Amino acid sequence: MIDYESKISGVVKQVPPSAIRRFFDLASEMQGVISLSIGEPDFVTPWKIREVGINSLIDGYTHYSPNAGYTDSRKAIVSYISRRYGVDYDYKGEVLITVGGSEGLDLAARALINPGDEVIIVEPCFVAYKATVQFAHGVPVVISTKQENDFKLKAEELEAAITDKTKYLMLGYPNNPTGAVMTMEDLKPIRDVLLKHPEIIVLSDELYCELNYIDDKPASLICFPELRDRVVMVNGFSKSYAMTGFRIGYVVGPHELIAPMTKIHQYCIMSSPSTAQFALVEAAYNGDDCVREMRDEYNHRRRVILKGLEDAGLECFTPFGAFYAFPSIKSTGLSSEEFCERFLKEKLVAIVPGNAFGECGEGHVRISYAASMDNIKEAMKRLGEFTESLRKENKNA
Amino acid sequence: MVDHIELLRLIEKNARLTPEEIAVMLGAPADEVRAEIQKLTDDKIILGYTTEINWEKTYPDHVTAMIEVRITPVRNQGFDYISNILSQYDKVTACYLMSGGFDLLLIYEDDNLRDIASFVYEKVATMEGVLSTATHFILRKYKDNGIRFDVSKPDDRQAVVL
Repeated sequence: MIDYESKISGVVKQVPPSAIRRFFDLASEMQGVISLSIGEPDFVTPWKIREVGINSLIDGYTHYSPNAGYTDSRKAIVSYISRRYGVDYDYKGEVLITVGGSEGLDLAARALINPGDEVIIVEPCFVAYKATVQFAHGVPVVISTKQENDFKLKAEELEAAITDKTKYLMLGYPNNPTGAVMTMEDLKPIRDVLLKHPEIIVLSDELYCELNYIDDKPASLICFPELRDRVVMVNGFSKSYAMTGFRIGYVVGPHELIAPMTKIHQYCIMSSPSTAQFALVEAAYNGDDCVREMRDEYNHRRRVILKGLEDAGLECFTPFGAFYAFPSIKSTGLSSEEFCERFLKEKLVAIVPGNAFGECGEGHVRISYAASMDNIKEAMKRLGEFTESLRKENKNA
Repeated sequence: MVDHIELLRLIEKNARLTPEEIAVMLGAPADEVRAEIQKLTDDKIILGYTTEINWEKTYPDHVTAMIEVRITPVRNQGFDYISNILSQYDKVTACYLMSGGFDLLLIYEDDNLRDIASFVYEKVATMEGVLSTATHFILRKYKDNGIRFDVSKPDDRQAVVL
């Protein structure tokens, strides 16, 4: 009998399974659950984008693409970034098309980290940040952002986390799970800290960049020319263009950092899905109207959620990005997991405990508004009933 | 300040939204939303509220025809005179002035083909100024007013991916 335990890599064992998944095993066994827990758009990919993908299949483009991606696809990406961010990249050498944004996170970790290197992770955050660093034998150094700062990273918090082992800063705004956005003004003090530490790289995950309800233009550290040589932006089409299933994303940055990432991609992936690379060309050049339409719809839902939370007596800072609200449930006296488990069992609504996104998410829950308005309204009604029953319970206790 | 275009887009898709619901969605006070709807109604920008019905499912005799009409414009009134008369018929549910090979397009809804035929040859074709007509019957509606018929895709998203 093989001792499988001893065969599995230590770092893999060290990473716990996703806490969201554990919670949802419970939900999957129940019938008639309204889910405000899903981290992907409920919209189907806009037809004109799908159509281009379909046509590429009709035309027989079913082979590998060049490792970094088709030239036309990379050109479409740099043109999009130039138009939306006002920053120019060379499609030769400064762009790599990846399998979703997630591959970009993994590639960066593997390309940059030597065992023991520290990576600053700003929590609460997407659950893969920490795991990719650990898989690459790095040491995550966590900064816990605070609700009173609207879950934005503060310069002094960054400064305090930097050591001589810091390899890169992992930043994710607009943020999953909080919905926080950092504006260019918010980013300036971060830039100033980074300028004092010229050896630190930045990996900026901007998958939700188009889902920003206060600013038409995305805000990013790539927009500071003085940081251009050390910021790698991970981005993609999944969230903004409702293209999750296409599994297509990209990284852009200085050639010196993109090249090693391309090397890993070349050996492990070879090339990203060709059909999706065709589709992204349409999204990048002609997708603005589709994004605007979806963003407006999310924005309406966002306001309905915020009103629902207010009516339910739950405190929530105003999220301005992504499609999540991250209310505090501390007033109920329950832990995040208790709250979600009871809400699910008693009211058949699934939301995600905030501690799944880092310890500092405890006391919060993530509510996704990538769901139909009818479901959102019904879920908010049930939330009101649930918090009311908790208040009565607390009173009687 | 209520963005009236955004408001119109919302109720164009769902006429049953209450002013209170719209107010939340737009982040505006309900009073202002109510006042704006009143103003848009007074200005004849909001003309009415209808329901999209798939008649085929419940009342198969329902027929929709599109009638192309070529006309001679009337002096001083252009196309308005005839289009105004044709619009008076209740069963003409739409009347458009068109570019291209004909002038007016009528959408006509009725319970049987014979009635539509008699409308065309008795009322339209005999009207002074009407040069010719061509009638097309709608065999099946796949999409109307932005709503797709008989399409319901289940939510196939995974409850959790990570």
